[in-house]
Amino acid sequence: MALSTEKLGRYNPDKPMENRITDLGPRHFWQYFPPIIQKNYGKWLYHEILESGVLVHVSETGDKVYTIRCGGCRFMTVQNIREICEIADKHCDGYVRFTTRNNIEFMVDTPEKMEALKKDLMSRKHVSGSYKFPIGGTGAGVTNIVHTQGYIHCHTPATDASSMVKAVMDDLFDYFQGMTLPAQVRVSMACCLNMCGAVHCSDIALLGYHRKPPIVDDEVLGGVCEIPLVIASCPTGAISPSKTEDGKKTVKIKEERCMFCGNCYTMCSAVPLTDKEGDGVTILAGGKISNRITTPKFSKVVVPFLPNNFPRFPEVCDTVKRIVEAYAADANKYERLGDWAERIGWEKFFEKCDIPFTEHLIDDYRLSYDTYRTSTQFKYTEAAWEVSRAAGGIE
Amino acid sequence: MAFEPKEPQKKLKYKELRIYSDEELNNYTEEELKDFKCKHDIPDLDELEKGPWPSFVADAKREALHRRKLAEDRMMVGRDVVEDLMGILQLSFDHGETHWKHGGIVGVFGYGGGVIGRYSDVPEQFPSIVHFHTLRVNQPNSKFYNTDYLRTLCDLWEYRGSGMLNMHGSTGDIIFLGTTTEQLEPVFYELGHVLQQDLGGSGSNLRTPSCCLGKARCEWSCIDTQDMCYELTHFYQDELHRPAFPYKFKFKFDGCPNGCVASIARADMSFIGTWKDNIRIDQEAVQAYIGGELKPNAGAHSGRDWGKFDIQKEVINLCPTKCMWMEDGKLMIDNKECVRCMHCINVMPRALRPGSDTGCSILCGGKAPILEGAQMSMLTIPFMKCEPPYDNIKDVVDKIWDWWMEEGRNRERLGELIQRHGVPKFLEILDIPPMPQMVTEPRSNPYIFWKEEDVEGGWKRSIEDYRARHKR
Repeated sequence: MALSTEKLGRYNPDKPMENRITDLGPRHFWQYFPPIIQKNYGKWLYHEILESGVLVHVSETGDKVYTIRCGGCRFMTVQNIREICEIADKHCDGYVRFTTRNNIEFMVDTPEKMEALKKDLMSRKHVSGSYKFPIGGTGAGVTNIVHTQGYIHCHTPATDASSMVKAVMDDLFDYFQGMTLPAQVRVSMACCLNMCGAVHCSDIALLGYHRKPPIVDDEVLGGVCEIPLVIASCPTGAISPSKTEDGKKTVKIKEERCMFCGNCYTMCSAVPLTDKEGDGVTILAGGKISNRITTPKFSKVVVPFLPNNFPRFPEVCDTVKRIVEAYAADANKYERLGDWAERIGWEKFFEKCDIPFTEHLIDDYRLSYDTYRTSTQFKYTEAAWEVSRAAGGIE
Repeated sequence: MAFEPKEPQKKLKYKELRIYSDEELNNYTEEELKDFKCKHDIPDLDELEKGPWPSFVADAKREALHRRKLAEDRMMVGRDVVEDLMGILQLSFDHGETHWKHGGIVGVFGYGGGVIGRYSDVPEQFPSIVHFHTLRVNQPNSKFYNTDYLRTLCDLWEYRGSGMLNMHGSTGDIIFLGTTTEQLEPVFYELGHVLQQDLGGSGSNLRTPSCCLGKARCEWSCIDTQDMCYELTHFYQDELHRPAFPYKFKFKFDGCPNGCVASIARADMSFIGTWKDNIRIDQEAVQAYIGGELKPNAGAHSGRDWGKFDIQKEVINLCPTKCMWMEDGKLMIDNKECVRCMHCINVMPRALRPGSDTGCSILCGGKAPILEGAQMSMLTIPFMKCEPPYDNIKDVVDKIWDWWMEEGRNRERLGELIQRHGVPKFLEILDIPPMPQMVTEPRSNPYIFWKEEDVEGGWKRSIEDYRARHKR
């Protein structure tokens, strides 16, 4: 049965339940494995990264599969997928794979095919000059940035995603193509702290953030929102019931209690937060999810706010690059960014990355005590001398 | 070995299913693309075409031009959707604010998830994207594809939608970005009837589970990630499509503790492959690493000269439990002290392999910050055999869901419920004893919630008896 072309296809709006199929679930994965993957399933012995973006996996059967990993955009059009298909048909018997981090992987079974594929991929550029399928993203480097929807398709973002990712990856391109860092650096991006991208355990996380409390649309709130739900949605209890002068039910907000999480807006469209000056980017660093050597860690807020300077976010790019370069220069082999920061001490992290430490970086939410330093072990940095000077401890 | 699908899978042949001819697919020249000008003025987007990283704007322009040159009756939603999307993005840059309205109740009959309603708040300026709803399409587990499937999907989505999508969304689905309310049912019908393909989850239900590539192309995977993911996704279709939960619920399957799908950070239930016997050692390969014949780290650090490989410094000293040493030229491991962190295996993949008595650890409660702050999953069950049909795992899932659906507040994730009720309550629900592995250290405050049955003689006491011993 071919795809239909009638306006509503085979769907009959007068009998919506007719021939309805539901609960099919995903298609079965096995049919999409290339024959060499099927044959060697569970039999892989080891792998090697031959060069950045190029892997070989060797099976106990003696088979080898060569994988070329290419950076891709999470947002793409059918034209791009058709080009991916053209490449997969030409070199890979019609098979292709996408990774969790929005990379594209092409697999072949001989070194000759691998060389031809590599050449083909690197020759493909958009008419305006950017690579379509840059090879890289393996080993001790920066791989693709996982991200969220941003202004492309979301109703709650505090910044845009695709543009920031493009700008940052342009800046980190050498690290994508090289394996020169002490360990891998995973950069992730989410446009608001709903974090549908769950960036909170990344080496570097870029997070859109609001800084102005919601505006209450008193005229419509009572009609479009469940007031008790809006009140209950606030983690700090800043929202309470209220009435307008003409007696309409609405809510009022204790603004000094707002932490700008936007949870109320998720529950109620009549309390928008977004604002050109208020919105911007928070940078977190030092998280990871791998259990290698040290246990998984949360990322920590290291820059409370940078402006949304569209489309290239120069302040964000500059900060990310400073962090990556300081880490590259100073960390030991195998040390993840967070492990490095912990070894040298966070005070040294701020010094080496040339990032100012502000009061916003000291936790004052619940359980903040866990982050207080209750020890006399610390290192002297300029930030420490400033405190001593301010307290009259030194000249 | 091979895995079998639940239902026989229709073989999809693009040439039998396709909508567009080759001429239609290749309907513009490179020259035309170079000269393409979007109908809206989009200076910031034009800027994003520069630089080496793939430009999503350059890609969008291809589709915009392609649609301009298709015949009017060869697409069921506006010709200008891509150009209008670029326009609204520019407007959002100008205003520093999104122009997508809040939600909207749309969907397909019988499902409470899989479709996210989206409307623009500037309908006059961008008429072709006034409705611009998203569909989530449940990806094949670990995202291997063939081109027959992908090309068919492309024709369907170009014909009945915007031709723009995400490969893939954060949770793992293929995201179809933008179609009209009218086309939602037709897209769903074609997906089901022609592609034998279902939607994924959204809202307060089981979200589309996802997994790493597992044993398909990784020597470290301790579990059949795709098969587990497939089985549980199919088994829990009702929970995936019909929201009955307090909030979202995520399953993710990592083949080993390296954690390539980040299940610890973002799944309410993280299934992570592990082993309970010994790391397999090939002593000859160990010597080959020491002698420099084998590239350490599978070449992952080869972009910089780190000097000669030093097994003492790079492996033995970095072992978190210091359970490795060299003895008579052999690498020794005290496996009962090993915490399976994967470092030594990552550094010397040809010499060391995970054990062969494998299963998974189950960790619970991971989530992003909303509402009560971010949490990572907590080690709950240290080792679980993973054999189809995974009934032991389904039993754990069912116990957790029964409790969470009974006790969970609106928009309370599992991790928050565990915090609110305490881990001891959670263990009681699961009917498992506590173990020190569940915590990094025991509590430092002594505020223990003793239960009445814990205390000899119970809590019922008479004040008269007390007063007989103690005057007022």
